[in-house]
Amino acid sequence: MSAELSTNPEPAVPEPVAVSRPPHPLTEFWYHFKQNKGALGGLVVIALIALIAIFAGVIAPHNPDIQYRDAILTPPVWQEGGSWSYILGTDDIGRDMMSRLMYGARLSMMIGLIVVTLSLAVGLGLGLVAGFFGGMADVLIMRAMDILLALPSLLLAVVVAAILGPGLVNAMLAVSVVVIPHYARLTRAAVLAEVNKDYVVASRVAGAGPLRLMLIVVLPNCVAPLIVQATLGFSTAILDAAALGFLGLGAQPPTPEWGTMLASSLQFLQRAPWVVTWPGIAILVTVLAFNLLGDGLRDALDPKLKR
Amino acid sequence: MLRFILTRVSLVIPTFLGITFLTFILIRLVPGDPIEVRVGERGIAPERLAALRHELGLDQSLWQQFLDYVGNVLSGDFGLSLVTHNSVLSEFVTLFPATLELALCAMLFATLVGLPAGILAAVKRGSLFDHGVMGASLTGYSMPIFWWGLLLILFFSVALGWTPVSGRLDLVYYVEPVTGFMLIDTLMAGEYEAFRSALSHLILPTIVLGTVPLAVVARMTRSAMLEVLGEDYIRTARAKGLADGRVIGMHALRNALIPVVTVIGLQVGTLLGGAILTETIFSWPGVGKWLIESINRRDYPALQGGVLLIATSVILVNLLVDVLYGVLNPRIRHAR
Repeated sequence: MSAELSTNPEPAVPEPVAVSRPPHPLTEFWYHFKQNKGALGGLVVIALIALIAIFAGVIAPHNPDIQYRDAILTPPVWQEGGSWSYILGTDDIGRDMMSRLMYGARLSMMIGLIVVTLSLAVGLGLGLVAGFFGGMADVLIMRAMDILLALPSLLLAVVVAAILGPGLVNAMLAVSVVVIPHYARLTRAAVLAEVNKDYVVASRVAGAGPLRLMLIVVLPNCVAPLIVQATLGFSTAILDAAALGFLGLGAQPPTPEWGTMLASSLQFLQRAPWVVTWPGIAILVTVLAFNLLGDGLRDALDPKLKR
Repeated sequence: MLRFILTRVSLVIPTFLGITFLTFILIRLVPGDPIEVRVGERGIAPERLAALRHELGLDQSLWQQFLDYVGNVLSGDFGLSLVTHNSVLSEFVTLFPATLELALCAMLFATLVGLPAGILAAVKRGSLFDHGVMGASLTGYSMPIFWWGLLLILFFSVALGWTPVSGRLDLVYYVEPVTGFMLIDTLMAGEYEAFRSALSHLILPTIVLGTVPLAVVARMTRSAMLEVLGEDYIRTARAKGLADGRVIGMHALRNALIPVVTVIGLQVGTLLGGAILTETIFSWPGVGKWLIESINRRDYPALQGGVLLIATSVILVNLLVDVLYGVLNPRIRHAR
C-alpha cells in the first residue's frame, strides 16, 4: 500500500507522507523494550542460561553423575583446599557442582518450557471456549477455574504430586494444572473485549466459522497479555518445580534438578555451605531474570503504560 | 448491607462444594485399591472385602458416596487419620493455631515493612531509594523461600547463634495451650522467659514466610501511591499550601490503601501455601508440616481432610476480606 503511494508520486503532495509512516510494530516494541535496562539484563541472562542448557554436554567439565571418591566435599576454588578441576566444589559423594548445575539448567529450562506450553494450550482453549460461546460453557469453565484458584497454588501442586506419585514428569503436570486458570481467565477477558468489535462481526458476516473466528481472527489480538503471562509463568514453573523437588515430591535423586540437589545435601549445610548455596543462587538468578523480562514485556506491550 | 453480605456468602457455596468434590475425587485417583490403602492388608478374603467395602460405603454409587462425604464434612466428620487414629479435624484444630500465629506475624511483618517502603519509594520516585526498594522487592518475589530460610539459619542460627534453629519453644519451658498462640499463652501464664524464647523462635520463620508478601505489598503500595499522587486533588491540596506529610498521609495514602488492602487479603493463600515450605524447614509444628508428613506416611484421609480444611479457611478469609472491603468502600457495596 505504501509502495503504491511512493511509486505514484503526486507533484502536489510533499515529502512528509513517507516520514509519518508508523514504525513496524516490532520496531516500536523493541524501541520501548530496550529502554528498560532490567528487562534487557533479564533477556541476556536467560539467553546465557539457555546456551548453557543447550551446550551442557560440551562445556560441563565433568559428567554430572560421576562420583570422584577422593574429592568428596571439595570447597570452591577460591577457598582453602579448593581445586581448579572442581571450580564450584563437589557435593557429598564427590560429584562436580558446576557440571550438575549446568545439567540442572537444562532441566529447569525444560520444566519451564513444558509447563508453560501445556498450561498455555489448555488455558487458551478453555478461555477461548468460555469467551466465545458464553452461557453454560462459560459458567462451568470459569467456576471450575475459580475452584482451582481458591486453593493455594503450592498446596494444590503438592497434593497433585502426592497423588500422582513423586517424579519430575508428575511434578511438571502438577505445576501445569495449578497455573491453567491464569491463562484461561486472561484469554477469556481478552476474547470478551474483542468479540463484539466490528472486524469480528464483519468476518462473521462474511461467513467465517467459529474455529476460524477463534483462532485466526480474534486470537492474534489477544496475544500481548498472554506473552507476558507466559514469561512470568516460566518463573513460577521453575520455582514451584524446585519447591516440589525440595519437598521430595519432584525430581528424584540423582537427577541434578536444583531443588532436589538442595534437599539431598541438606545435612551438609554447616560443613559445606556451597552444596546448598549454588543451587539456590541458580534458582534465584533464573527466576529473577524471567520476572525482569516479564515486567519489561508488560511495559512494552501494554499501550496503557506507554508514555 | 445485609443483602451485600448475603450475596457474597452465597457466591462462596459453589466454590466450597467444588473443592469438596475435588478432594473427594483426588483421593480416588490414588493408585491401588482403596481397601488395601486404608486397611493395609493384601489378599483378604472376598467376604471380608465385601464387608469392608460396605462399611466404607464403597459399594454405593459415586454420587451417593459424594453426598455422604459432604454430609459428613458438614457435620464436622473429616474421617480418621490412618496413622494416629485420631479424628482429622481434632488434629487440624490442634495444629492450626501454630500456622495461624506464624502467618499473622508474617503478614504483620510484610505490612509494617512493605507499606512504608512502598510509600517512600513512590514519594521519592526515581531516587536511589526507589530503585533499591524495587530491586529488593523483585528479588524477594523471585526468592526460592526454602533456600532463603536455609541461608538465614546458616547465618543467624549457626554462624551468629542469635536465634534457635527449629521448633516453637525451648524444651525447658512448658506452657498449657489456651489460645494456641504461643506468644499469648506464655504472656498469660506470666512466663516472660518462655515468651522471649517463643519470640526468638518466631523471628526467622516470620521473615522467611513474609518475604514474598513483603515484596508484593511494597510493589503494590508504590504503584497505587504513584497513581494517586498524579491526581488533581493532590495538586489542589499542595496548591492550598498543605504540608507534604499531610498531603501524603491524609490525601494520598487513604485512597492508595484500597488496592493495597485487597492485595494483602489475597496473600492469605500464598501464606498458607508458603507455610508448607517454611514449616518444613523450621520444623514448625503447624498444619503445613503435618500435611507433608501425612503425604510421606500415605495417610490419605489426613491429606484429604487437611487440604479441604486449609482450602476452606482460605475461602473464609477471602470472604471476610471481601465483606470488609464492602464495609470500607461504599462504592463496592452499591455496585450492583
